Amino acid sequence: MKAKYMIETCDLTKKFGSLVATDCVNLKIKNGELFGLLGPNGAGKSTMIRLLCTLTRPTKGTATIGGYDIVKDDSKVRGLVGLVSEKMIMYDRLTAKENLKFFGKLYNIPNDVLGSRIKELIELVHMEKWQNKEVGTFSTGMKQRINVIRALLNMPKVLFLDEPTLGLDPQSSSEIREFIRKINQERKITIILTTHMMVEADMLCDRIGIMDYGKIVALDTPFNLKRMVSKGNVFELNISNLNNKLLSLIKSLPCVNSVARENETRIKVHAKGGKAFDDIVDVVRANNGEIVSINSLEPTLEDVFLHLTGHEVREQVSKQVGVRVGSRHVGGERPRIR
Amino acid sequence: MGAKRVVSHSLWIAWKDLLEFSRVKMALILLILMPLLMMVMVGYIYPTTGSINHLPVGLVNLDTGGDNSASHIFVTQLEAINNQTGMMELGSAASFDDIKTQVQNGDIYGGIIIPENFSSNLMTGKQATITIVTDQSNPQISTTMQSVLTQTIEQMGIWLAQQNVQLLDPSLDNSAALAVIKPYNVQTEGVVPGNPNYFQFMAAGIIAMTAMMSVMTGLPSAVSREKTVGTLDGMMAAPISRLSILLGKTIAQSIRGIIQAVIILVLAVALFGVTIQGNILLVFALLFLGVFSFVGLGIVVTAYAKNEETAGMIMMTLMFPMMFLSGVFFPIQQMPWFMQAVSKVLPLTYATSALRKVMTLGAGISAIATELLVLIGFGVIMIIIAVPVFKKAMTR
Repeated sequence: MKAKYMIETCDLTKKFGSLVATDCVNLKIKNGELFGLLGPNGAGKSTMIRLLCTLTRPTKGTATIGGYDIVKDDSKVRGLVGLVSEKMIMYDRLTAKENLKFFGKLYNIPNDVLGSRIKELIELVHMEKWQNKEVGTFSTGMKQRINVIRALLNMPKVLFLDEPTLGLDPQSSSEIREFIRKINQERKITIILTTHMMVEADMLCDRIGIMDYGKIVALDTPFNLKRMVSKGNVFELNISNLNNKLLSLIKSLPCVNSVARENETRIKVHAKGGKAFDDIVDVVRANNGEIVSINSLEPTLEDVFLHLTGHEVREQVSKQVGVRVGSRHVGGERPRIR
Repeated sequence: MGAKRVVSHSLWIAWKDLLEFSRVKMALILLILMPLLMMVMVGYIYPTTGSINHLPVGLVNLDTGGDNSASHIFVTQLEAINNQTGMMELGSAASFDDIKTQVQNGDIYGGIIIPENFSSNLMTGKQATITIVTDQSNPQISTTMQSVLTQTIEQMGIWLAQQNVQLLDPSLDNSAALAVIKPYNVQTEGVVPGNPNYFQFMAAGIIAMTAMMSVMTGLPSAVSREKTVGTLDGMMAAPISRLSILLGKTIAQSIRGIIQAVIILVLAVALFGVTIQGNILLVFALLFLGVFSFVGLGIVVTAYAKNEETAGMIMMTLMFPMMFLSGVFFPIQQMPWFMQAVSKVLPLTYATSALRKVMTLGAGISAIATELLVLIGFGVIMIIIAVPVFKKAMTR
């Protein structure tokens, strides 16, 4: 069965009692794509993955993977996918090799094929020295490497990665990210990655679906998503004698979309139009503001998320963000305030 | 999905579970230690006639007959017998109240009172009464003491009667005199050779219980642990039948339970003198059947236990009544009717009873046909109920 899309969901909905975990999600993901699901904890990303891996049944709607229905052909779907979930799927008491052998056997891989595949995968993540050690003795980073190659044992067409760098140190995180990119490019595996880390999604993904309260609120390439926020620029200004009067003056400029105060002296301004820079500097100067420095910033996905949903990605708002003065939004879109 | 695949997957899951288990050193030690402790404790705690030694008992002699009186002879004889058996530590006491005080202080476990009119009653052709005082706070010991003392005193009475009869008719010898006094002689013989032994009674029960409980407790905790850790998702996301997971876990737990049961059996035979009168293969067959009868129940608990903690709690609630109501430690016949009614629906009751018949009495298949049928029936019905319940619980 050849399907146009590797993954296609149709009004995919999952309710747990009155909680709607995913709400009529419609997604189309092409073969070979590295697709990111981005959103805060509880947005429904993990439920999306559990639904697509057939670990839970949809309340309404359906989805196909490689043309197979996730409910009717669940067994076929399971053969096509690999899963790296938030909790590591590994037995601490078994060695790395025993873990891989066990899971390989569940996929009916013949002994000789399985043996050489395990060897190759272990080499791929440079774990040869550790293959006969109990996984429980590994560091989180080492465990995750084995956990990821475990998901590749059955040569999946689609690999689901649920927060694959959660709890890893920066070095292990970047190794895992490199590895994800590599298998996507070299093995042409379609990858669905969930993360709440904007930077990670930005770095890796071809396209990103932003999820919030069970819905996909935006879906595009990272580049386009960022352009949604500011067709113009983002500046960071340091003004030594910053005060509320100056702030409201800057905000009232027609070229300014939003102003966020980051600390005593620093503000972040989303503006549009080629003259924005001059206009802002002019108004500050005219009111005796002393500009210490000006940086032009690339907008981040964090900004996109805020812009789309009206709230921060993290429940726990960091200090800098906490003093944001407010924001206006482009494109006539209104923030959803909750 | 072929049956062959289901079996092959379940065997791999069983392999994995047992391998994991074998890596935990503490679990391996406990596997042997637990049953050993259980045998030793329950086996030795129970008092038997022979197990009572040097029990302090107060002796009150209120008789006024003097040094050559009947009470003096009685006490001398009692002491002589006691020196042979070493059962009591005879101390003296002044009165019933003195015995009471000493029992309350924990110095003695009971008393014997010879009343004032002991000698004079015997002289004047009346029965002489001896009072045995018991400690109600300790029913086991007082029952045993009472029966032993009654027997001893009765025996002494018979000797006295023998002498009296021979005085009346000197032509009678000892046995003829005995036949006059006690025309009925009671003789006890077991169905199989050997004395009844509490270990023998218990070993069968504990073996059956260990094997059966292993599945009922092991299955839910193994599945719920994997659920908590997250590894269950790994199996559920693989293209295998849910049945394989269930089957594999059951195989692993059964093997563990049966190994444990065999360890108890070996210990019971080697250390506690338990004998196996029946066919050893029948013993194993019964163990497997016992395990089988509990699989369904284990699966139902697994399906309802959302996490490890709940699983443990459900297990405890089910286990305790089963342990005590299935005749493992206490005979069912001594329970009130409503408890007997409960014990009749517990599969462990039948497994214990059948195993006891085979091990102690050397019974064959025909003698335990009812038990076999009940175990098979219970197992089949529970599995028929359990599998759909489990499948539903797993695909939420």
